Amino acid sequence: MTVEAPIRVEDKLFQNRYLVDVGNAHIRVKPHTKPSAELLALLKVCPAHCYELNTNGQVEVTPDGCVECGTCRVIAEGNGDIEWDYPRGGYGVLFKFG
Amino acid sequence: MIEERFDAIVVGAGMAGNAAALTMAKRGMKVLQIERGEYPGSKNVQGAILYADMLEKLVPNFREDAPLERHLVEQRFWMMDERSHTGLHYRSDDFNEEKPNRYTIIRAQFDKWFSSQAQEAGAIVLCETTVKELVKDAYGKVIGVITDREGGEVHADVVVLAEGVNGLLGTKADLRERPSPDKVALAVKEMHFLPRETIEARFNLKGDEGVVIEAAGTISRGMTGMGFVYANKESVSVGIGCLVADFQKSGETPYDLLERFKKHPSIAPLIEGSEVKEYAGHLIPEGGYKAIPQLYGDGWVVVGDAAQLNNALHREGSNLAMTSGRIAGEAIFQVKSRKDPMTKENLALYKKMLDESFVIKDLKKYKDMPDLLHIQSQNFFLTYPQLINKALQNFVRVDGTPKVDKEKVTIRSFVSARSWAGLFGDAFRFARAWR
Ligand SMILES: Cc1cc2nc3c(=O)[nH]c(=O)nc-3n(C[C@H](O)[C@H](O)[C@H](O)COP(=O)(O)OP(=O)(O)OC[C@H]3O[C@@H](n4cnc5c(N)ncnc54)[C@H](O)[C@@H]3O)c2cc1C
Ligand code: SF4
Repeated sequence: MTVEAPIRVEDKLFQNRYLVDVGNAHIRVKPHTKPSAELLALLKVCPAHCYELNTNGQVEVTPDGCVECGTCRVIAEGNGDIEWDYPRGGYGVLFKFG
Repeated sequence: MIEERFDAIVVGAGMAGNAAALTMAKRGMKVLQIERGEYPGSKNVQGAILYADMLEKLVPNFREDAPLERHLVEQRFWMMDERSHTGLHYRSDDFNEEKPNRYTIIRAQFDKWFSSQAQEAGAIVLCETTVKELVKDAYGKVIGVITDREGGEVHADVVVLAEGVNGLLGTKADLRERPSPDKVALAVKEMHFLPRETIEARFNLKGDEGVVIEAAGTISRGMTGMGFVYANKESVSVGIGCLVADFQKSGETPYDLLERFKKHPSIAPLIEGSEVKEYAGHLIPEGGYKAIPQLYGDGWVVVGDAAQLNNALHREGSNLAMTSGRIAGEAIFQVKSRKDPMTKENLALYKKMLDESFVIKDLKKYKDMPDLLHIQSQNFFLTYPQLINKALQNFVRVDGTPKVDKEKVTIRSFVSARSWAGLFGDAFRFARAWR
């Protein structure tokens, strides 16, 4: 069996156009000590790989590459793990093809 | 923001919103449409197949200037395992007709054009503006919206919520629930660019003929989901989507799934050497008939994906969105022409008209399908595709084994995987859900 190099989502996102609203993150993770199962699921399910574990084992979000799909909202807004909103009008991902 | 008062505010400039705005503006209503993207389409993602009939009802001569890619002459359904696919192809020269039935499109470009139709009819379109909240009066009737512009409150007799699958406003205003993980699929998609001659040669096309491939099987790793490959003029759209609940459970990542789909020996030659220019992700409503929320109330109606009007089995969404938008616009216009207020009772006309259309009839027909496919996802998306492909290989490969023995092997493989009772049960449940 061949072992394949993991896919780098960053390379995919690099092809997209974004207008990042610096200092105005549209998604926030509520402070926590131990991440819930829902938060942990986001590490994998986010198609832009915006969620990562920090050195303390907490889930962090960096929504710069977010494609605004809403998947993390569907999973983790209900139990209060995250706050989710659209970026301000005009900001965020700008699809040329969609 | 804008001092004047409008007959209607439409939130969103996607398929549903543009249809609603155009329908009302054409009838002389004062319409304000608000879109959060830089331009209509800049936030939208689709496969994408456009169904001509539903657009023709809105813009009869759309073929003259709408940005269309290819008209479809062929549809392929592929049942895949790791190395093979069993296909059903339908191709007909009848589709090379004067007014073709289906086209591939590129959503960002199409939405821009569609919106220009609404603007020409008189709708005012405000882009780069996010609606933050609905405004209600003391009796709970929706009377306008608050945007993220300075002094951004605007009023209207009725608000058409065409805000797409996430439906933030409707959720915040308690008009409907947030979609649950088992009622929405996450799809990821890439745009692969190739010279048009290459596309035509690889897909067996001439001129503007087009083909689409819908694929299911082990590519979704046991999750409820499907892949697709659509030929455009100079690009190929490749994507795959699965239920969010299944992603959550399986721990699969959407981009790995897409990469594996692209590397499948049946798919890879179609996109080899292409230049990828975009990577997108979007949700698709999959709950069907049972997931449709309350569609109207005092001062508001909801259309398109925000109302979960999507036929996942047939890959139809944009046409349901367009049709619900058009019907909402017509219903609102009727209420207004009678000089009646936009109350819940009067706006019930929208639901009545929608019930009589193909939109609700189709969704009702498949009301049990989403549950069945989800509960049985391991069988439908792993076991059967493997069995079927193995059976076909056994059928095709000539190796000196007598045909009787070959048949026995095939039947035994099905029975040992699912048992006779299981096979009949699945067939029965599937037939009933299809009916
Ligand atoms: C990968 C994929 C493939 C698909 N393939 C097909 C296909 O081949 N054929 C087909 O018919 N359907 C297909 N669909 C489904 C189809 O795309 C949808 O059904 C359709 O786009 C729904 O239209 P809509 O207008 O309801 O929502 P959308 O097109 O999503 O439009 C919603 C609009 O509202 C705007 N908006 C949202 N909130 C706000 C706010 N608060 N303020 C201002 N603006 C706001 C958004 O920016 C957006 O422009 C596919 C979907 C996906 C994801
Ligand atoms: S909205 Fe989608 S892309 Fe953005 S962070 Fe959430 S899951 Fe990731």
